[in-house]
Formats: sequence, C-alpha cells, structure tokens
Amino acid sequence: MLRIPCPVCGLRDETEFSYGEDASVRRPDMNEADQKVWHDYVFIRDNPRGPHKEYWHHVSGCRQWIVVDRDTLTHEIFGSALACEVAA
Amino acid sequence: MSHYSALAILRHGLTGNRHWSRAWRDPAPKPKYDVVIVGGGGHGLATAYYLAKEHGIRNVAVLEKGWLGGGNTGRNTTIVRSNYMIPGNSAFYDRSMRLWDNLSQDLNYNVMLSRRGYYFVFHSPGQAEGLRRRANVMLANGIEAEFFDRAQIMKRLPFLDYSPTARFPIYGAFLQPRAGTARHDAVAWGYARGADKQGVDIIQQCEVTNYIWDNQKIVGVETTRGSIRAKKVALAVAGHTSHLAAKAGLRLPIETHILQAFVTEPVKPLVDHVIVYGAAHFYISQSDKGGLVLGGDLDGFNSYAQRGGLPIVEHTLQSAKALIPSISRLRLLRQWAGVMDMTMDGSPIIGKMPVEGLWLTGGWNYGGFKAIPASGYCFAWTIAKGEPHPDNAAFTLERFERGYQIDEAGAGPYPKAH
Repeated sequence: MLRIPCPVCGLRDETEFSYGEDASVRRPDMNEADQKVWHDYVFIRDNPRGPHKEYWHHVSGCRQWIVVDRDTLTHEIFGSALACEVAA
Repeated sequence: MSHYSALAILRHGLTGNRHWSRAWRDPAPKPKYDVVIVGGGGHGLATAYYLAKEHGIRNVAVLEKGWLGGGNTGRNTTIVRSNYMIPGNSAFYDRSMRLWDNLSQDLNYNVMLSRRGYYFVFHSPGQAEGLRRRANVMLANGIEAEFFDRAQIMKRLPFLDYSPTARFPIYGAFLQPRAGTARHDAVAWGYARGADKQGVDIIQQCEVTNYIWDNQKIVGVETTRGSIRAKKVALAVAGHTSHLAAKAGLRLPIETHILQAFVTEPVKPLVDHVIVYGAAHFYISQSDKGGLVLGGDLDGFNSYAQRGGLPIVEHTLQSAKALIPSISRLRLLRQWAGVMDMTMDGSPIIGKMPVEGLWLTGGWNYGGFKAIPASGYCFAWTIAKGEPHPDNAAFTLERFERGYQIDEAGAGPYPKAH
C-alpha cells in the first residue's frame, strides 16, 4: 500500500487515488504539424527505473490532480504538489 | 549430456543416481559471438535454441544477470492459451500452441503441458455477445472454441457461485479446450538444456551494463564479466526493456507495471481447468501439487519493484471468493510479482531496432509465458534472416507511427488498461 502525501489532505492511502500517467509528458502546441511530435506524445515514454514524476487524482478525497515524485524501483515517495501549480 | 528416458532413469536408479551429468555447461564468456542474447528467461533461451536448431547459428551466448528463469518466466500463472481474434495475434499465438504440442518431445524435457481447458465465465447478455463473436472469429481462424449456457456450465463447473446472492450472476462460459498450463521452470530449463546441447553458451550472473559502439553501430556489450563482442545483440529482458533500450538511445512505447500472483496451501483436486472470472480481472487454476494459483490485475502504476501491494491482494481474493465461495478459508502460501513491459496497444514488439546491430523481443504485457515457443521461433527467424517471419510481421515497433496498433482489448494508448 502506497501512502501518498496529498498537498490538500495530507498523507492518505493509495486506494483513495486514481493513477494518471507520466507527468513529464506535455501535449504539443495545437498548431504543431509534425507527426513525430504527436506520435511521441501519444505513445513514447521514458519509463525510468528510478525517480518518476507522475499524476495521481485524489478522486475519493479533495478531487485535485497532483504530481507525485516517486521512485519506481523502491516505491519511495519524495514529495508532491498540486498539478495546477506544477503546470503553471 | 545424456538423453533423458525411462531407461536412463532405470540405469541411474540402479547405480544410486550418482552419475547424472549436469543439464547444461557453465562456460566462461568468449570474447566474441555471432549473436549475443541478453536475458536468460524463456524468450531468450527459446531464441537461442531455435537459432541453433532451425538456422544453424550455434556461436551464440545467452547472458543472464541472475539465474535462468528468475524473472517473469518464474513469476507467472503458467497459463497457455490462444483465444485471440485480431489479425497479427491469432496466427502468432496459434503457432505457439502448435509448438507447445510437441515441446516435451522436441526438447527431451518434460514441460508438463496439461491441456485442461480454459473457461471464460461471463456475467451479462452483452458480455455473452462479445465472447460469442470472439469464439466465432477463433473458429473461422481454425482455433477450437466452445460455448456453454448457464445450465451446461452448472454441470461442468458445479463449484462456482450460482446462488441468487452471487455478486455477479453467471450466464455461461466460453471454452478453449486446447488451452491449459505448463510447468514454467521446466520450460526455461528445457530450452536451456536444448540450446546448450547444440553449442550455445549460457552465462549466468552476467549483467549487461552498456553497449560497445563502432561508428553508431552496436557491436557488442559491456558486462559485469567483461566485454563481449557480437555481430548481433538481441534483447529479451522482460520488464527491463525500456532500461536497456535507453542505453542504446531508444525511447519505446512501453511502461513497466507489476502483476501479482498467489498460491494457496495445497488441497485435493478441485479446479480441473483454468477459469477466468468475467466480472473482474481474476483467473484461477490448480497446480499439480494441489495449490490454487490465483492471478489478478496490475497494481496500476509504473513500477520495477518485484513485489506487489495489498490493495490488489484484497481485490484478487475478493474475486476468488465471489466466484468460488468454498475456497474462502484457504490460506495463501506464497505471493509474488513480476515486472511487465506494458505496451501502448497491449501487443508485443519483435524485430530489428532503429539502431544498427540491435534486435528486440519485448512488450509481452500479461502474455509472455504462453508466447515463449513462438516468440523464440519467430525472433530467431528474424535475427537469422534479417526479416520477420510472417507470424510476427505485424509486431513491429513502427506500427505505432503508421497507425497499425494491434489493440486486442480496445483500450487505447493506456498501458495499465490492457
């Protein structure tokens, strides 16, 4: 069981959250016409073995999207932030 | 290397079992090979076996960072099946089923294949329609499939929950009679012994740390046991494909997720088949030793840890109890997790990589074990001939940019959803 620190609600169980995806992925500009850029956005992931920034939705809590900094090998969580603040 | 037979057992028995030779050699790595295969699980060993047997390429090394079959080959629920319907998948998985048929004889090693049948239980009229379609497509492709309504399935699987209080009512089940289970370790060991017999070097405790480059071409690998040069480097590394591809400068359509499985204490024969619960992600079979083998869903987030979390333990055991109430008091003996390459369309990748000198079989999602014979056969063909076998021609890396995804689940580019 992961214990995820929500910036709003504090330390909560993994079961209250829904996993989003790799938070380093950014949607290209809508005027982008290069197929490869869109292909990489939709399909390609770094998939690191180690520190990973990822989206979680606190769906059974404050309903905020957050970005969690977690190690994919050890499951250690280093911190989190509201997604709206990370994106800004 | 002695041939295994009833006579050999008798002869060795009479001499006190003191003269069995080891099943494969333990050679030191040579400085140069024609093909180096990274990963000594089922896929890597099968590839080495078929390279030697079908294509006469015997100057081959299989490098394994731990021990043979210590990755996902030893961390699955041992189910073999081919109930696929999408072009690209059907022919490939049925080739695998046909190779499983004679595998024990071919390898002279008992892989304990048990064609016990694979039931998929469904719980609504809509689900029945969907599975009827799947069964019809399979039949059209020459893969046997049978369909049973509730009354028939009550006779065949009497221990499921048919009561009015069942969490999900059982409408019937779909059966692939030729599907079943095999002994996972024996598959790795059988292929290892078969490959070794033909001259392949199997090198354990040898982790690949980097590639050797010559003019933007991969010409070998750096390992914890020294540099090894090779004309072709082939990756068969289960959940760690992205990690080794990244060292070659490649980014792939893969995320690594963990999948758990469980074994209960042994009981008398109860579950004669492989049974899949249609209402949640859950499947069950009984091992020859008597333990019930349970499998569930992914933990649901990127992970390389070979251990699972408690939420999925709870989910899997709830599903078990909802389907077969009588097993609710059995205790779990063991639980483990494997790391899966989950691709963006749920189908594997077999072929040449955009980097010269590098080949890959990976992205096996949940389905790597049953695919071992065909994966080895087709990957060996691809490496030897430089072009794919017709059965793996669809499993290219380029299919994603060309719009030819093979999405059996229809789940879209979400690896955790396949």
